[in-house]
Amino acid sequence: MNYNFNDELVKKFTTATILWGIVGMLVGVFIAAQMAWPALNFDIPWLTFSRLRPLHTNAVIFAFGGNALIGTSFYVVYRTCKANLYAPKLASFVFWGYQLVILAAVLTLPFGYTQSREYAELIWPIDIFLTLVWVAYAVVFFGTITKRKEPHIYVANWFYAAFIITIAVLHIVNNLQVPVNWHLSYSVFPGAVDALVQWWYGHNAVGFFLTAGFLGMMYYFIPKQAERPIYSYRLSIVHFWALVSSYMWAGPHHLHYTSLPDWAQSLGMVFSLILLAPSWGGMINGIMTLSGAWHKLRDDPIIKLMIVSLSFYGMSTFEGPMMSIKTVNALSHYTDWTIGHVHSGALGWVALMTVGALYALIPKLWGKKGMYSTQLINVHFWVATLGIVLYIASMWIAGVMQGLMWRDINEDGTVVYSFAQTIKATYPYYVVRLLGGILFIAGMFVMLYNFIKTVKTDKNDKAEDNVAELGEMA
Amino acid sequence: MVMSNAWSIWIIVIVALHIIAYAWLLFSTSKMKAKDHKKGETTGHEWDGIKEYNNPLPKWWLYMFVLTIIFAVVYLVLYPGMGNYKGTLDWTQEKEWAAENEVVKAKKAELFATFINKSIPEMIKPVINEDGSIDNTAMEIGERLFANHCSTCHGSDAGGAIGFPSLIDDDWLYGSKPENILQSIAQGRNGVMPPWGAALGDEGVTQVAAYIRNFTVPGQDQNEVAEGQKKYSMFCIACHGADAKGNQMLGGPNLTDDIWLHSYDDSRLESIIRDGIAAIMPKHKELLDDDSIKVLAAYVYSLQNEQ
Repeated sequence: MNYNFNDELVKKFTTATILWGIVGMLVGVFIAAQMAWPALNFDIPWLTFSRLRPLHTNAVIFAFGGNALIGTSFYVVYRTCKANLYAPKLASFVFWGYQLVILAAVLTLPFGYTQSREYAELIWPIDIFLTLVWVAYAVVFFGTITKRKEPHIYVANWFYAAFIITIAVLHIVNNLQVPVNWHLSYSVFPGAVDALVQWWYGHNAVGFFLTAGFLGMMYYFIPKQAERPIYSYRLSIVHFWALVSSYMWAGPHHLHYTSLPDWAQSLGMVFSLILLAPSWGGMINGIMTLSGAWHKLRDDPIIKLMIVSLSFYGMSTFEGPMMSIKTVNALSHYTDWTIGHVHSGALGWVALMTVGALYALIPKLWGKKGMYSTQLINVHFWVATLGIVLYIASMWIAGVMQGLMWRDINEDGTVVYSFAQTIKATYPYYVVRLLGGILFIAGMFVMLYNFIKTVKTDKNDKAEDNVAELGEMA
Repeated sequence: MVMSNAWSIWIIVIVALHIIAYAWLLFSTSKMKAKDHKKGETTGHEWDGIKEYNNPLPKWWLYMFVLTIIFAVVYLVLYPGMGNYKGTLDWTQEKEWAAENEVVKAKKAELFATFINKSIPEMIKPVINEDGSIDNTAMEIGERLFANHCSTCHGSDAGGAIGFPSLIDDDWLYGSKPENILQSIAQGRNGVMPPWGAALGDEGVTQVAAYIRNFTVPGQDQNEVAEGQKKYSMFCIACHGADAKGNQMLGGPNLTDDIWLHSYDDSRLESIIRDGIAAIMPKHKELLDDDSIKVLAAYVYSLQNEQ
């Protein structure tokens, strides 16, 4: 096999995705166990839930999800543009710089260095470095698009582009801080405005990092794996523009019944509801692409992973708008229902789509005919799916129960249950959730084994070079 | 809070433009003629082997989208959302809260009416109804109020914790009469022991500590106890009394029993004498209505009378 810079770089991102995924999910499983048995923090400050929880969220969203998105976006953009990655040195910097940011997160968050902004915990020096890495990423991505040999820009690239631009804007605005010393800084925004900025960022991290970015992945890997054309071009136009514009408004639904003014809460709610159809547009386009080839759902576990991923996507993008309705939110807010909702998106949609894409990508990158074991992909599919179902079902029940217990008041106006009683009642569900998490990470270890075996085995080497099949490149 | 007209107009315009744009996007793409691409034919573009059909928007999906837009428009007419426009229902979250609160208050008043005019010693007694059943509503409510408002510091069994007095023993800092308890809950208490380290010196602190310790653990060094007693009479007597049995007017604790608010060990006792200590019972008058405070006082009063 000839040396090919594009693929070599994507290989690095692929490996990093698997490794960081396992690290991030291990931390998740550990803190899930702490929820059931708090003594597991061993009275060591950096092992406490409060410090490890941000490490978990940063590791799975930005390390696992981020490496998957940047890696696949490079792969997709160079192949659908038939052009080598623009500025290869800068592209390498994106990889190493991004890993450095993750390493810095691992070395700061457990030790209590944090901005205390959810999903934006990294302290200001790391934020500034991440901005540089992100700008370099944008230069490589958009540079490659300008050099494309194809006249049109494929829809996957629209979504990746929206993800790159918006994340840059969100990251910069939400992290406008005045530094006090090397690790401490204060936001430039006051009070409720600060909360609104934070949740404008927070919800669009979901919208553009975890949704638009992974829709880009979906738009390439599903038609590629199914070997079918995308269902509807015009549907992709409508749902792309509607999705990117309405997501921008959804943030205030995180601040229902707070000091945020009523008008802002209302707008957050109605635009969250409008968001339902645009979100489902992506699901329809993905699932309907299989029409005429439904048998692949039975034969190809990679397709199975991707379609189940889209089903979870459809489910959580239905659940989200429902939870944004004020009356529903009054029950669901601050409960474990929210945690269940997030994980039906994060495990069901984001992680399953990623592993599906990686199973499709790994043999291509390493010049193999296929993964070492198809059967193990099946095993991964089933343990992961079972894990997700246990996780989200237990958190739904726990969340609704907590919401009902918290609002239950006696005739004399006192609350029926103390907070500690509601935690005690949640205990069994925390144990079931932990079990779901263990199953999910077991699937990741199966994947790691399959990955190593695929890369190390020579017998199914493919003769043709991965780039040669594209033909002449720009 | 009202924003300036310019901001209000800006919000109205940008919301309206978004909603109109969605409607236009749906209308124009659903009208897109199939003649451009016959059914089953792709758009003609190809990227890395991927092609695209151009199927029409699924009808059910289109209607769902339109429905959410209609809902948004109706909602923004009824409720606040369009800048300073208040909505035809004149709804605010404060009004919603106040309305719910009124309902709770009315129910509560009705419930309290049966016992609230009794004196506290009367209130704690269960009422025996004509049919022989026992009605202990007042104390059941008191227990719940206690769980809601007091148990965080005083413990759910009212047994207290270090720094937070037990309410079930017979040792009372500020008195055990109904009016004392009412006062403690409504107005709060501000217990301050000043630091005596500068006045006593290290040796003096040890001597006073020996004198106090001698009440509960007799057999301390008698020279130290005697010296300590002299210094006690000068500095401590005003609050803790000549017999060291405390002063409930001032909240000075009894030092002769084996009940220690701030825990008892050698170094702790000396550090309190040297550095002083403060213990605050917050004022609940602003947190609870008078009736609830009265029921709560009755409940706390009942704890000692059960013993």
